[in-house]
Amino acid sequence: MSSGRYEMVVGLEVHVQLKTRTKAFCGCSTDFGAPPNLNTCPVCLALPGALPVLNEHAVELAIRAALGLGCRIDPVSVFARKNYFYPDLPKGYQISQFDQPLAVGGSVVIGQSDKGTDLRIGITRLHLEEDAGKSIHDRYPGETAIDLNRAGVPLIEIVSEPDIRASAAAGAYLRTLKQILQYLDVSDVSMEEGSLRVDANISVRPPGQTKLGTKTEVKNMNSFSAVEKALEAEYTRQCALLDSGGKVEQQTLLWDGAKETVRPSRTKEGSHDYRYFPEPDLRPLMLDTKWVDHARKGLPELPAARKTRVATEYGLPAVEVEQLTADPALAGYFEEVARAAGDGKAAYNWVMGEVQATLRAAGEQIAHFRVRPADLAQLITIVRDGTISHTAAKRVFALMVETGKPAAQVAADEGLVQVGDESAIATWVDEVLGEHPEEAARYLAGEKKLQGVLVGFVMKKSKGRADPKRVNQLLSSRGG
Amino acid sequence: MSLDNYAQLGAAQIAAGVRAGETSPADIVRASFKRADEIGAGPDALNIFLHADEKASVAEAEQMQPRIRKTADIGVLAGVPVTIKDNIASLGLPTTCGSKILGGYVSPFEATAVARLRANGAIIVAKTNMDEFAMGSSTENSAFGPTRNPLDVRCVPGGSSGGSAAAVAAGITPIALGSETGGSVRQPAAFCGVVGVKPTYGRVSRYGLVAFASSLDQIGVLGRTVDDAALALESISGFDKMDSTSSDADVPIYRLAALGKPAPEARNPDTEAIRIGRSPVPLPPPPGPTTLEGVVIGRPREYFPESLDPEIGRVCERALDRFRSMGATVRDISLPRSPLAIPVYYILAPAEASSNLARFDGVRYGLRVDPGKGLKAMYEATRSEGFGPEVTRRILLGTYVLSAGYYDAYYKKAQAVRTLIADDFRAVFASGVHAIFTPTTPTTAFPIGAISDPYEMYLNDIFTVTANLAGVPAISVPIGRVRRLPVGGQIITAHFDEYAMFRVAYALEAGLGAEAHQ
Amino acid sequence: MAVTREDVLHIAELARLGIDATRADELTKELSAILSHMEVLSQVDTAAVSATTIVGAGGTPLRPDVGVPGVSSAAIASIASAMRDGFFIVPRLATHEDSSENGA
Ligand SMILES: [Mg+2]
Ligand SMILES: [Zn+2]
Repeated sequence: MSSGRYEMVVGLEVHVQLKTRTKAFCGCSTDFGAPPNLNTCPVCLALPGALPVLNEHAVELAIRAALGLGCRIDPVSVFARKNYFYPDLPKGYQISQFDQPLAVGGSVVIGQSDKGTDLRIGITRLHLEEDAGKSIHDRYPGETAIDLNRAGVPLIEIVSEPDIRASAAAGAYLRTLKQILQYLDVSDVSMEEGSLRVDANISVRPPGQTKLGTKTEVKNMNSFSAVEKALEAEYTRQCALLDSGGKVEQQTLLWDGAKETVRPSRTKEGSHDYRYFPEPDLRPLMLDTKWVDHARKGLPELPAARKTRVATEYGLPAVEVEQLTADPALAGYFEEVARAAGDGKAAYNWVMGEVQATLRAAGEQIAHFRVRPADLAQLITIVRDGTISHTAAKRVFALMVETGKPAAQVAADEGLVQVGDESAIATWVDEVLGEHPEEAARYLAGEKKLQGVLVGFVMKKSKGRADPKRVNQLLSSRGG
Repeated sequence: MSLDNYAQLGAAQIAAGVRAGETSPADIVRASFKRADEIGAGPDALNIFLHADEKASVAEAEQMQPRIRKTADIGVLAGVPVTIKDNIASLGLPTTCGSKILGGYVSPFEATAVARLRANGAIIVAKTNMDEFAMGSSTENSAFGPTRNPLDVRCVPGGSSGGSAAAVAAGITPIALGSETGGSVRQPAAFCGVVGVKPTYGRVSRYGLVAFASSLDQIGVLGRTVDDAALALESISGFDKMDSTSSDADVPIYRLAALGKPAPEARNPDTEAIRIGRSPVPLPPPPGPTTLEGVVIGRPREYFPESLDPEIGRVCERALDRFRSMGATVRDISLPRSPLAIPVYYILAPAEASSNLARFDGVRYGLRVDPGKGLKAMYEATRSEGFGPEVTRRILLGTYVLSAGYYDAYYKKAQAVRTLIADDFRAVFASGVHAIFTPTTPTTAFPIGAISDPYEMYLNDIFTVTANLAGVPAISVPIGRVRRLPVGGQIITAHFDEYAMFRVAYALEAGLGAEAHQ
Repeated sequence: MAVTREDVLHIAELARLGIDATRADELTKELSAILSHMEVLSQVDTAAVSATTIVGAGGTPLRPDVGVPGVSSAAIASIASAMRDGFFIVPRLATHEDSSENGA
């Protein structure tokens, strides 16, 4: 990394697509993957004479997100037009919010300092706006193809304070933000599908200097790690500039993931004059306090709170809690299993082990996982009370995934219930000793280390049903 | 009812005749087109029509016939032919806003106001000529040539709803839809000697009205008489869930205002419903001589300046005398900030227009001119060839006042002064004035080509633009002639008090009688 | 404030209006003349005045999050300037990576 003589100062603008059935200002579907321009109407095609009408659910989700991020909701916010020409912006302006946003002044805790105090990133504002359509540049030579299915889909823009001092902190902020929004269930927050997008403002300054340096805006990053890499690259570039006596010029840069470099975009800054003014087709958004209070009461338990509770309630170490609570659905599944089985540790082992492995192999979501928490809890219980062996348990689980039947039934059907009864075990032992005369002779002659081998043969013969403890006892008695 | 005097028939008479089975909608539509031919509505003469399809209109009229037989209640406008300004979206006929950039464009959806006219039994016969995107006061700014004034073909009909005003003045249809941003219905109504109404902002849905300046735009109606206008307006008014700025305030039966009584108790009509067949069609009796007893009419000195054409002043005073003789009190009032209205308007309207007209970019519909030098060249070629000089001028003006460094000095300042202008009206109506009376325009219709300076043209709106800025309703009614050209008198009332506006207008019309056109 | 030729060229660029040199000169004069009539507003004291952005009181109405049928592809095709495979087709922007600067 470049000379530590400079401090990195970063603020992030995050756009998040809200989970609504229809668009922000018209009744068109927000579904992905429809044929081009099928989810359009006079409003989102910007046909002459069409007018916007605001989607109530989009407002609800924006309020929930703002409250979840600790923002203050303004009872009166105003929509504004952001004017610029682009072929996937049908009206020639984007309906957004400008000087009177929906919410301001939140924050996100991205970890603890070594002194144990919270590391907080401030959130300047959160506002509602509409998305643009898609421009496809590589489909036809010399031409651009426009699909307006996404045009008008509701977004929230979350603007952070310039509180971020390192690329890793930027990554931590984004991961925390994504997790909170997942818990709030306001968005799919998938960078791959474009339901979460990040732009970064970055400047550098000598440590101790309070005045901010000239910032550049970095765009076009398609993953959190790309954001971290882009920030490092731009930090290095700016430091080098200053070291060589040059100065940073305000501009927009594009991250080139392939070359792992930033390059200036060719639009002149001067041409960015958005001529914001209040949207005359919409009255102000007025939120009655009852609505906001109701939304506040309806907020789910957020990641931080859940981590603390899970740690104490199930007595698990921090690392394991982190893994379990990464995704709210996974955490929910774990908690159901742990409660029903009364065993957090075992629940953790199964969920993070077999369950995750199976899901990964099948590329499935936990929400649709065939083995319901109650069934997994039953499996844990019958292992604990010795009804089946640990070895058998894995097979039972595999069959539960396959058949969807409860653990006990699978164990019974497959005859995997452990056999503790002396005579049965004695028979197996006799047979084994008969089939392996050489080992038998040496063992009975006192070669005790062969006991393990013989137990193995017995377990194999019993298809894992024999209780290993009993087998050992019996062999010892014979050998003794 | 005979159609020999079709050009003199009122909308209510026609609807009554249709309901009584004395005539058929199809015959009425044919009569309308016959009149259009006689008077020369085509491009080679008055140039009133931009789009018309007689066969289609007659066919539509014939489809109404069975409905008439089945029920006596097929709408207050049963079989009434109407013309529609070309910036209001209609199915079937194109919607071009008098612009090359929308040449041949047919809207896949219909404006709420047009749908409500149809649901009330009206039949659309034509889309009318207008100043391009409603930017103008003479209809000379149409990409398809100017419309001529039926009362004097050397003169303009006013604008921007010049085609609709001319259609009514020429007796082609008893009512027409126009649109207002700064006087575009009232001024041509005055120039053509017909009645023109600009309702309260939010009274009529803007859904389907191609936006010029959204915070000022409002669909208005033109009629040969006050009664035609009242019938037309009540059939298109009311809340529309497709227009977030439309109001859910009750819509009284405006024609009852003809009885000279105060507004009836507000009922609770389903504001979503199109009020088919509401209001009794038989004509209300004309108001008697004393029907303005207790009514206070304000005469704002700012609207009667020294510079006002003395002949127009004289005609206005005659109208004020009629008010007095009908028992009204005429009170001198002041609207001190009104003289600032033109500067305010010509900042705010172009600002909104510069944004509203950005959608005409050649990407999805309308004209596209592609020099083959990339996207930006396509935008610039399309828009510079598609828009006429006045539209270009206003887009640039609006872009300028919104651009970095000028926003506060122009746009923000104008918005604040707009508040002051509206406050003046609130104060006057709060002081017990029921209606304000002014001349509609400072001059009568002027010869085609007479005004070339843009700002001089803007001054045509000097008495009308304040009602748009304040959002209050206003009507222009014929009050006489000067040098054989019509003069309009304007009646302005408080927000959503169209009923009082019509009451005073009905009375003035009756009080002036034949003098209104002398 | 008088409008300069540079102003006119700048706003014409913002408004995507192609205007040639002569038109630019004319428009500089026309716009300056019109704006000179606006100067009167600067004398009005509006310190204590709230701006009127929209007429009428109350908040914007909200619609339920339920779908309504849009425009048929046939209707779109009938008005489209240029379409292929259901896409609107436009000439390529000189620097197409600028697409990442648009939108939200
Ligand atoms: Mg944004
Ligand atoms: Zn839509």
